[in-house]
Amino acid sequence: MMRGCMAILRRELAGYFVTPVAYIFIVIFLALTGVFTFELGGFFDAGQADLRAFFTFHPWLYVCLIPAVAMRLWAEERRGGTLELLSTLPVTRAGAVLGKFLAAWLFVGLALALTFPMWVTVNFLGEPDNGAILAGYVGSLLMAGGFLSVGACVSAATRSQVIAFIVSVVVCLGFLLAGYPAVIDFFKGWAPASVVDAVASLSFLTRFDAIAKGVIDARDIVFFGSLIAVCLTLNGLLLDAGKGD
Amino acid sequence: MSDGESIESLIRLESLSKHFGSGSTRIAAVENVTFSVGPGEVLGFLGPNGAGKSTTMKMLTGYLPPTSGRALVCGRDVQEDPLWAKERLGYLPEGAPAYPDMTPESFLKFCARVRGLTGKVGADAVGRAVALTHLEGVLRQPIETLSKGFKRRVGLAQAVLHQPPVLVMDEPTDGLDPNQKHEVRRLIRDMARAGGRAIVLSTHILEEVEAVCTRVVVIARGRVVADCTPASLAARSRYRGAVTLSVATQAGPSPLEVLAGLVEAAQVEDLGTSRTPSGELATYTVLPRAGKDLLGAVERAARAGGWKVDQMRLEPGRLDDVFRDLTGGPSR
Repeated sequence: MMRGCMAILRRELAGYFVTPVAYIFIVIFLALTGVFTFELGGFFDAGQADLRAFFTFHPWLYVCLIPAVAMRLWAEERRGGTLELLSTLPVTRAGAVLGKFLAAWLFVGLALALTFPMWVTVNFLGEPDNGAILAGYVGSLLMAGGFLSVGACVSAATRSQVIAFIVSVVVCLGFLLAGYPAVIDFFKGWAPASVVDAVASLSFLTRFDAIAKGVIDARDIVFFGSLIAVCLTLNGLLLDAGKGD
Repeated sequence: MSDGESIESLIRLESLSKHFGSGSTRIAAVENVTFSVGPGEVLGFLGPNGAGKSTTMKMLTGYLPPTSGRALVCGRDVQEDPLWAKERLGYLPEGAPAYPDMTPESFLKFCARVRGLTGKVGADAVGRAVALTHLEGVLRQPIETLSKGFKRRVGLAQAVLHQPPVLVMDEPTDGLDPNQKHEVRRLIRDMARAGGRAIVLSTHILEEVEAVCTRVVVIARGRVVADCTPASLAARSRYRGAVTLSVATQAGPSPLEVLAGLVEAAQVEDLGTSRTPSGELATYTVLPRAGKDLLGAVERAARAGGWKVDQMRLEPGRLDDVFRDLTGGPSR
């Protein structure tokens, strides 16, 4: 399984860079993190040597940008007929799903790593808690993985990258806002309290609030880890559905 | 299953069936298809569009699970041992899908890596497949910029990369121009000659079967309706032993009437007249009555009538005719 998984990972990762997609994504990601941190986040006004202003906007950036990374993963294979080719190569379904997901995650991780000038800047200006910053990065990467797994799963259900993108944005937004009154009130009217609590606990935003401050809980890791596992399992099942068409 | 058996038939389909949908909209795409293919055989899987050829091949290659029955590759069930079977299978899916952004070189390297062919072994495998399919000139061009013929060859190269004992090709020449078709058929013959392989190719083109196949299985509405050699299939034609002749038009009794009057003739088809430098020629095909020497009778009639016969030939049988007989009838 590993050999097929690694081959697919390599192909996918290289695939981002043969087209301008990777460069455009990285440039936009870096530009937007800069704008959000310095203009909207009030990085300088806060007068604190930390990266809270930087991390706070990550969920919002990811909601638009991660589905763009994930949309092609499977929709493109369906449209181009290469899903049949891939399915008849000696690689397990799990290996293929994992290979693609890890490639996308590595790519987003690379974009995230390229924000290191932020870290350099804040260390130049003061003496930040670098442990908290590391926790922020780890948390951000985990959240990106969560969004990516949702995107990959949606991408497996359609032939159209545009549909994959739009549906992923909506689902990701749902996850992001799950803890907010608008979503909670919607469930409160009719669902039992346990369901409301469950929905609220899915919220990326409330979870990431603590992470942005540099506090990463084992429960957060378990949460994102299980979300990824569930989405990727569903991803594999969706690939088997609708093959006869 | 013993080794002897698995070598005898590299491919074995046992009562393979596939139904789509459920309830009243349930469609039997493939119904009880059974056949096997041994080493050295090139089996033409023939049928009209929508007969179930692709569905059968998708089950054979493990892409679709069968509703019932099973497909064995080198003696093992492809659903039970998918990886084992897929390592022994080379498959060219319909339309030869490949990643458009990649170059043939990177695509083939990727396929080699998935198959565990890395380093020198991988490079050799890619080199061999490239040489066989003559892709040298386009190795570094994105696949999306290649012509259909080259794309098909990339698909073929991918299918033979690991020198599989079982090669399955879905419509390998569909949509190609005559030169490209000729080229792909030559490739298939080369692969067959390499020996020991079982090759299955689906097609709805009859000349293809005659050109490359040692055996033919005809499928219609999901069922096998014939399994024999191309020659014996053609021999089933009502045109077998028919005589086609071109005669200069002349005064006197029409050859058509004379031919129709022969006791040896079952039927005469008038194929019309054509103008040639040597005059106007009328062409007829005379179908034989079973067990009669039609050719002799036509020759005697021609001599007796003083016809100027431009050409006359005995037909070995027509595949397209048999094909229509076998696969025609009410469609789903």
